[in-house]
Amino acid sequence: MSANLIPILWDATLQTLYMVALSAILGTIGGLPLGVYLATSQRGELLSSPWVNWALGLVVNATRSVPFIILVVAIIPFTRMMVGTSIGTDAAIVPLTIAAIPFIARLVENAIREVDAGLIEAARAMGATPFQIIRKVLIPEALPAITLGLTLAVVSLIGYSAMVGAVGGQGLGDLGIRYGYQRFMPEVMLAVVVILIVLVQLVQSLGERVAARVDRRAARNRGH
Amino acid sequence: MSSTTKDAAILFEGVGKSFPKGDGTRVTALSGIDLAVPQGSITGIIGRSGAGKSTLLRMVNGLERPTEGRVTVAGRDVGTARGSALRHIRRDVGMIFQHFNLLASRTVRDNVALPLEVAGTPRAKIRPRVDELIEQVGLQALADRYPAELSGGQKQRVGIARALATDPKVLLSDEATSALDPETTQTVLELLARINRDLGLTILLITHEMAVLRDIASHMAVIEGGSIVEAGETHKVFTRPAHATTRSFLSGVTGATLPAFIADRLLSERPDGPSEAVIRVTFAGDHATDPMLSLLATELGISANILAGAIEEVGTHPFGNLLISLEAARADEARAYLERHGLLTEVLGHVR
Repeated sequence: MSANLIPILWDATLQTLYMVALSAILGTIGGLPLGVYLATSQRGELLSSPWVNWALGLVVNATRSVPFIILVVAIIPFTRMMVGTSIGTDAAIVPLTIAAIPFIARLVENAIREVDAGLIEAARAMGATPFQIIRKVLIPEALPAITLGLTLAVVSLIGYSAMVGAVGGQGLGDLGIRYGYQRFMPEVMLAVVVILIVLVQLVQSLGERVAARVDRRAARNRGH
Repeated sequence: MSSTTKDAAILFEGVGKSFPKGDGTRVTALSGIDLAVPQGSITGIIGRSGAGKSTLLRMVNGLERPTEGRVTVAGRDVGTARGSALRHIRRDVGMIFQHFNLLASRTVRDNVALPLEVAGTPRAKIRPRVDELIEQVGLQALADRYPAELSGGQKQRVGIARALATDPKVLLSDEATSALDPETTQTVLELLARINRDLGLTILLITHEMAVLRDIASHMAVIEGGSIVEAGETHKVFTRPAHATTRSFLSGVTGATLPAFIADRLLSERPDGPSEAVIRVTFAGDHATDPMLSLLATELGISANILAGAIEEVGTHPFGNLLISLEAARADEARAYLERHGLLTEVLGHVR
């Protein structure tokens, strides 16, 4: 591989990291409360309101049903409204975030629903408000599962970010298509794939380590 | 219950609970519950699973609401309280659970601190109070451990410390020892009895084990099919069980069960020809030590065979239960004699 490809690969990696990091953060900011609400607004739960829950579930499912590449193109007017342009790395963050929110929400919802109902009962018996139960019981107890869910979401976002070349989003996937495929440079394609594998591997290991650190359910996790 | 309702810590008046079923009808879980839990008592409610005891207990802190009647704690109506009024009542009512319900993500110290955080206690006051509570249940050495590192008995001690954090007037125990081995059960029961004594805390517990009531309950109630079938001071219920359900619970705990070779041959009606009556003799208080059977032999000339028996303590009251058989023709005479001397008798059946 020629030496002048190294800076291009480096830039593409940074672009990917930027898009994934920002959309993961924004996706969590939107997805975490939505997921908590989806879990707690079910019939008979803390914030029971089945109709709102049903309506939100519908929106979440609808968003998740749209293939990502179609979502990217379909929301171009919205993207232009949000970031002033429909082209480039910043523009790519809009569809990535929109895809991340319902995905993260479902992962968080599942994590919260796994929390033992006995703990909610104990907190209610203490006189805790629904908000206190969410903040002091549900989220801390679900944290190991939420961490693993977010890891999964980041890995998925790395995959999604490869498709945003369609709106000039750049990044590794775009580089692979333009150089590796269209210019027929297999060594670029190979380098892109290797970098993506390494990235996913790093994110996965990091996520698992953080999850293990916050998981106090088994005695083995005690540091000493 | 024998105590007046005036000094009751918890009062159930005509309480009923029914749930709507899918087909429009309702299932009745509890009906016509009248029960006064005396101030400072340890009151135990015993019943089989599904008898409604758990629903009854949960009405005291509003986790369940009655569909009929009234539940009051220290004079405050729980059933109609909502929002912050209900949360204030709940801070005066501690609760411990069969499966402890401790937060895995928090250390012992932080678990005990949770009710104080919830109540908005200033951080500076939480720490000393938590230390005091942890000492009270003897867990100083484990204060910074996580629940996963504790044994069942230790977890329940954390549960007890947590339940006491907000200085409640009443402690509810939902089968708190049912997940523990017999030895640990004893130490947890002793801790509950000590807390009751030292803090003057009223304890309402539910259990399916008569031994728990025998060991710590001053008062008890038996629940069956959603109704209370018998209630009173524990030693009185133990000596004079009026209801069949109470008797069947008692037979498991008093040690006086018929040996199988007799039980298999037991006839409910007295057969023709010579036969023996099988009689349960219950003795309590002072009579427990009287040599009644030898008196029966010397004064009436009736000799009795001892089939099974046990003497134990219910609270501070000695309590004995003896199964004997004697000549059926003279059974009435013998029973009258024993009853005259303050013993309770019951004919269980006859054997040829």
